[in-house]
Amino acid sequence: MSVLALEIGWGWMLAFKALVILLIVPLGALVLGYTFLLKMMSHMQSRLGPMDPGGFHGWFQLVGDGLKFLQKEDIIPEDADRRVFAFAPVIVVISTFLMFVVIPIGPVAIVANLDVGVFYALAVSSLSVIGVLMAGWSSANKFALMGALRAAGQLIAYELPLLLAVVGVVMQAGTMSLQGIVSAQQNGSIFGWSGIGNPFIFTQIIGFLLFMIAAQAELSQTPFDMPVAESELVAGYMVEYSGFRFLFFFIGEFGTATAFAALAATLFLGGWSLPGVHGLPAELLGPLVLFVKLMGVAFLMFWVRFTYPRLREDQLQAIAWKFLIPIALANIIVTAIIKVAF
Amino acid sequence: MSSTEQPVTPTNASPDFNPVPDFEVAPGMQRHLADARVNVELDTGDMIINLGPQHPATHGTLRLVVRLDGERVIAADPVIGYMHRGYEKLTEFRTYPQVTTLINRIDWLSSFANEVPFVHAAEQLMEIEAPPRAQYIRTALTELSRIATFLLFLGEMGLQVGALTPAFYGFRDREHVLNLIESATGGRFHPNFNRIGGLKDDLPWGWIAETRNVMKIVLDACDVFEDLVLGNEIFQARTRSVGIIPGELGASYGVSGSNLRASGVDWDLRRDGAPYLSYPELDFEVFTHPDGDSYARYWVRLQETRESARMVLQLLDKMPSGPIMAKVARIIKVPAGESWVETENPLGQMGYYVVSKGGTGPFRVKIRSASFSNVSILPWMLRGVYVPDVVTILASLYFILGDIDR
Amino acid sequence: MSDLEVLTTRVTEALGDCVIEHAEACGNLVLRVRLDSWRSVAETARNTLGCNYLSFISGIDWMPAPTVGLIEGDTSTPAQPKEMTFGAAGSAGRFQVFAHVQSTVQHIGFTIKADVDEAAPHCDSWVSVYPGADWHERECWEMYGVVFDGHPSLRHLYLPAEFEGHPLRKDFPLLAREVKPWPGLTDVEPMPGSESDEETKDEAVEA
Repeated sequence: MSVLALEIGWGWMLAFKALVILLIVPLGALVLGYTFLLKMMSHMQSRLGPMDPGGFHGWFQLVGDGLKFLQKEDIIPEDADRRVFAFAPVIVVISTFLMFVVIPIGPVAIVANLDVGVFYALAVSSLSVIGVLMAGWSSANKFALMGALRAAGQLIAYELPLLLAVVGVVMQAGTMSLQGIVSAQQNGSIFGWSGIGNPFIFTQIIGFLLFMIAAQAELSQTPFDMPVAESELVAGYMVEYSGFRFLFFFIGEFGTATAFAALAATLFLGGWSLPGVHGLPAELLGPLVLFVKLMGVAFLMFWVRFTYPRLREDQLQAIAWKFLIPIALANIIVTAIIKVAF
Repeated sequence: MSSTEQPVTPTNASPDFNPVPDFEVAPGMQRHLADARVNVELDTGDMIINLGPQHPATHGTLRLVVRLDGERVIAADPVIGYMHRGYEKLTEFRTYPQVTTLINRIDWLSSFANEVPFVHAAEQLMEIEAPPRAQYIRTALTELSRIATFLLFLGEMGLQVGALTPAFYGFRDREHVLNLIESATGGRFHPNFNRIGGLKDDLPWGWIAETRNVMKIVLDACDVFEDLVLGNEIFQARTRSVGIIPGELGASYGVSGSNLRASGVDWDLRRDGAPYLSYPELDFEVFTHPDGDSYARYWVRLQETRESARMVLQLLDKMPSGPIMAKVARIIKVPAGESWVETENPLGQMGYYVVSKGGTGPFRVKIRSASFSNVSILPWMLRGVYVPDVVTILASLYFILGDIDR
Repeated sequence: MSDLEVLTTRVTEALGDCVIEHAEACGNLVLRVRLDSWRSVAETARNTLGCNYLSFISGIDWMPAPTVGLIEGDTSTPAQPKEMTFGAAGSAGRFQVFAHVQSTVQHIGFTIKADVDEAAPHCDSWVSVYPGADWHERECWEMYGVVFDGHPSLRHLYLPAEFEGHPLRKDFPLLAREVKPWPGLTDVEPMPGSESDEETKDEAVEA
């Protein structure tokens, strides 16, 4: 195993990769949370957001919040099912960590270059549904239960548009491996001109929009945040969680947002690659390029989140089943026709 | 039925629980109302939950005991009284100026408007009239408090439906109006500025010019809300055909104000009731909407905010000069008699029935508050709606707990 | 004829002999009707006179409040009247139920009063005529003790279910003023070590 021309043992490599993932998820959650939740939302609402903690525009706010959550009392409701209650946030966070296993941040910097990368990533992201249901049921709280049931219906309904949107990309790239998709975009060409490679956002614009909408629903963000409807259920399935258990949910929410943004950037924008940059510069610039692209995608997601009201549960389901899935299927058919014909 | 029999509550209400007969409904709305009826075929277990008294959706300490079948409401029973302060009893042991202090706090978002009908009732019994300048300033401050409370409504209805941003815009623009009220009266929320016979003080220097500027800001803010909230497809999908109040049914329940006008009933006490303040000299339009759903209530209040801003500008143009207080004794004794004054407050029809026996304080004051009647229609309206729609309906009715509970 | 006179003629003709007395109070028409015709008056008002809007239903207790604890000569609390006198359109006894109905179309409105029995106050319910009477009658029962016959569920509206008594009756004391007359409880804690503090400590020790 060689990285940057150094020979490293297999076990050490595994430990290093695990450590990187363990750090990236909270760090990604932190950066996205601070930039979009605290600063972008505030500026959109004509206010400043945190300015004091840490001195420069309150960058320490979320870190301080995290430390505050860690030192809080661990409250479990008396009627709650203790083991399930304790394990639910763990499952949600596990699915976030597992998603980062296949996301490449450089030509060889990937934890596991699976041949079925995309398939694995989307499959593993659905694990969080179980965690949500466990949280809502075990909380012994009717509002939590209602939130969990809404979440179950919503998250499962929006899995399909998510998957079908990506099928077009897979067909165009010819492989399910994420590294393969990135190199297909990097080395591809649009009508013979390979100046910017072939980012799939141009040809798969419908797929991109579907993916963004479905990801918004998977993350339970407005306009699809019925499970967590703040003005009705007050945090829905998370309502009985406090302290570090709530921190798990928070990290899970923003970590998954990072993961989906990174996935969208990889599938549609070319991931870590810049056209024409190979070898060592690519290895060094890769993480930075991916970061910039994922922040752009996340900006779109959070912009929509802070603008629109929320859809009612039945309207939300109607959109998924009657509107998004037929469009996704049509997209696949058109992609297939064009791929075979040209 | 005496009070010892088993009352009908959501716990024992059947799906056919229908305390009032069905009402004549316009053909266009028939379809929507039919959808709202509960269709219970499967015998699944029902759930009883409490929305409130501490809940972000219930605007204060209102408790709704709802019986749910999944996400549909079978029966809802509002439990009020968590903010009952016993105003009608208190007024029996207060002098008239002390009562003015109390009644500010009934509808605390537009508190100047609460004092006006009571002071007017006392002035009617004393057969005195406040001088014209005082009437104009009273009207201007009433309309400003209407603008203040409606700006908050325009923002927070978006919030209840899920859009976080309009709430901040509403509060930000409302600050300008509250600053105006504060510079004139000394208090943002509980001005206690009316006196029997006029006002406490005249306007400060520069207030009129500042108000003109603020009205421009308010008109711009209304345009922003029209675009951002009313024009949003998701907002329309959440509010159209949600919570329809047929006009005649609403009137028989005592629903008043913008809620009734949004159901097509063309009735505004500023224009149609007994003349009070300076409204007879103003030129303004009254808005109605035929639908009667939550969207209509939002639309009507938005138009009324604009209209209030234009009325304030008219008042400033026509403001007469003169004294602001009529000649009254230092200790006010109101002659014996009864007086009923009703006004078009932001929340609806507010009225005071003042019974005086010639003393320094009233004998009995019946406070007719608008939100009390607006909320009494909830058990009828919430049958068969979804839980998210309950929140939309509560937000669109726009009640204040102090107004319900007194 | 003024509008009020036109209205008075119309209403008294429509209601006929249900009306015992009528009066004008500051531009408002007040009628006193027989108790047994309370509901039919509502129906006539609704159907014949076009009054589709119910403003309120409430009660009045004409008995003067017993003035315990109120200081003679203190102008900050109003003196209570000494004798029982009645208001517009008179009254037969202590308790009255009164309501105000209006028309949103014809822009008319009037107040209706009815005398209820003092020992066992009861009255017909208006719920079948005006559905909004539901809550008003619950409040009137809760505050005055007037039982409304025909009301679907007469239970407490503002007060907790176990509350005893009917607060707006004049013999129900406004407790704050009984215990501590105006200005009420003035909470001024003396500074530690000051004279009055020493005095109260000595008094407490002696007691």
